[in-house]
Amino acid sequence: MSNSSQANKKKLNEMSITEAARALRARECSVQELADACITEARTKNPELNAYLEIFDIDKSAIENAQKCIDTEGDSAPLLAGIPLAMKDNILIEGKTASAASKMLENYRAVYDATVVKKLRNAGALFLGRTNMDEFALGGSTENSAFGVTKNPHDTSRVSGGTSGGSAAAVAAHMAVAALGTDTGGSIRNPASYCGVVGLKPTYGAVSRFGIIAAASSFDQVGPITKTVEDSRILFNAIRGHDAKDSTSIPDVMQKTEQKEPKTVGVPTHLFADALDKEMLGCFQSALDKCGLKIKEIEIPSAKPALAAYYIINFAEVSTNLARFDGMRYGLARRNETLLDDYTDSRTDGFGDEVRRRILLGTFVLSSGYIDAYYRKANAARAQLTREFNDAFKEVDVIATPTMPTPAFKIGEKSDPLSLYLEDTFTVLANLTGMPAISVPMGEVLFDEKKLPAGIHFTAPHQAEDALFTVGIAGEKAR
Amino acid sequence: MATTEEIRKLAALARIKVEDSELEKFTKDFDAIIAYVETVSTFEMPQGEALRRGPTEGEKPALRNVMREDSEPHATGAYTEKLIEQFPASENNALLVKQIISYE
Repeated sequence: MSNSSQANKKKLNEMSITEAARALRARECSVQELADACITEARTKNPELNAYLEIFDIDKSAIENAQKCIDTEGDSAPLLAGIPLAMKDNILIEGKTASAASKMLENYRAVYDATVVKKLRNAGALFLGRTNMDEFALGGSTENSAFGVTKNPHDTSRVSGGTSGGSAAAVAAHMAVAALGTDTGGSIRNPASYCGVVGLKPTYGAVSRFGIIAAASSFDQVGPITKTVEDSRILFNAIRGHDAKDSTSIPDVMQKTEQKEPKTVGVPTHLFADALDKEMLGCFQSALDKCGLKIKEIEIPSAKPALAAYYIINFAEVSTNLARFDGMRYGLARRNETLLDDYTDSRTDGFGDEVRRRILLGTFVLSSGYIDAYYRKANAARAQLTREFNDAFKEVDVIATPTMPTPAFKIGEKSDPLSLYLEDTFTVLANLTGMPAISVPMGEVLFDEKKLPAGIHFTAPHQAEDALFTVGIAGEKAR
Repeated sequence: MATTEEIRKLAALARIKVEDSELEKFTKDFDAIIAYVETVSTFEMPQGEALRRGPTEGEKPALRNVMREDSEPHATGAYTEKLIEQFPASENNALLVKQIISYE
């Protein structure tokens, strides 16, 4: 059976970006029909999954413009024209609520478009709604959302992962063709792994964060959550590029254009011993073998203390970033006797438990008596980890681990915060080094006597996203 | 080990409140997390004083201290109305806040 006839049998909302773009150009469906199919699916499944915090009424003129663009430009129309996307709730869309799944911003309306939104709008993409997440992107399961957990489409007793859990669940359940998420310590790749979809954290600075509600600014990146690796490439290419409004975005003159064909994959097996069970390891090994790369054992000695370093820096930056929410200019505003009461009451009522916990921890690690023992030491460990990755990349082209130590766990199972932090052991490394990383489905793993999806995780040197797409596509074909 | 009093003090510094009923759990979780992140001290510092402090001069990212022209980023007033809509209280296009200096 050819690819196109396979695509024909799929429902419209089940198509990938590539398939939908082809179907739109072949007049097999209209932009309106594609959008309606996604919205109908979203409305049907959302009461159970809680992937969307809000499903929008798509602007009629946006649909008409996308259709006109396809009708007149045909194959030269942008691939994203008429493609309905789900957007994480910390990405500003002018005129829409952007709450970061927090009571603090429950009624906040964005006054401008994020740069990524502007780019997608210009490419003719449609916005279906805003998706659930852990409050202010702090967590790893969406259980920290102020508006309820997002359930995993593969097993609704389990978490969808996080923090971009709503975006990953929406794509996995075909409530959108693709989605955007943000990734601070694994927040795109973790839910992609748990929900069986593809998630890319681009190189730090590759995508503008202008108009993104900040979590930890030296880690945050925006990236695509998609059904295929090719879709990930399409969406990444649409949102990347320098933006004067984000001073960390990479200027054009520093963009790397030469790309190296990946031939060798490095595997830090020493990290797996006490992290992975036999099922997970077996699935990882067989996925690795199928990628068709030469496998080389590598060591990243600082990877373990790096997780602790990640959390120290995360707490420090989160407590600093969230200091702006004081109930004065926007967001939740409580009024009491004194100005100090106003600040404290607004912040206490506006922030959930995990947010308040990280603010306390950040205040502690940055306090003058402790800054050397925690924050400065963490920065030194981060620099050392980056050296080790750079050294490893002299020998190998990409580095592979499983994305997460296990498949999705049950809702409520990890009630103490520390046990949840330890889940991020593989993903945080790419945020610490600023390197790009992708999670690609590697099959199903037996966990709690149930077959559940899991992802394989590849990291590449700065700006080598193309190597990740090449390896990811090879892995996809082998499955 | 942090005491509940220390947690209360940190909360006051950060301008948040931890209710008495939550204090014990916050302190316990705080201790467990700090005990964990202290494992950063098991990290073997590289040799040489410069490396111990973090990225060396040559390792610092090429992109830093980004400056821009000191000019108008957008037309004056372009966002005024929308921003005022977000204010908890406003008067004549100004943000209304509590009086903090008394004239009495």
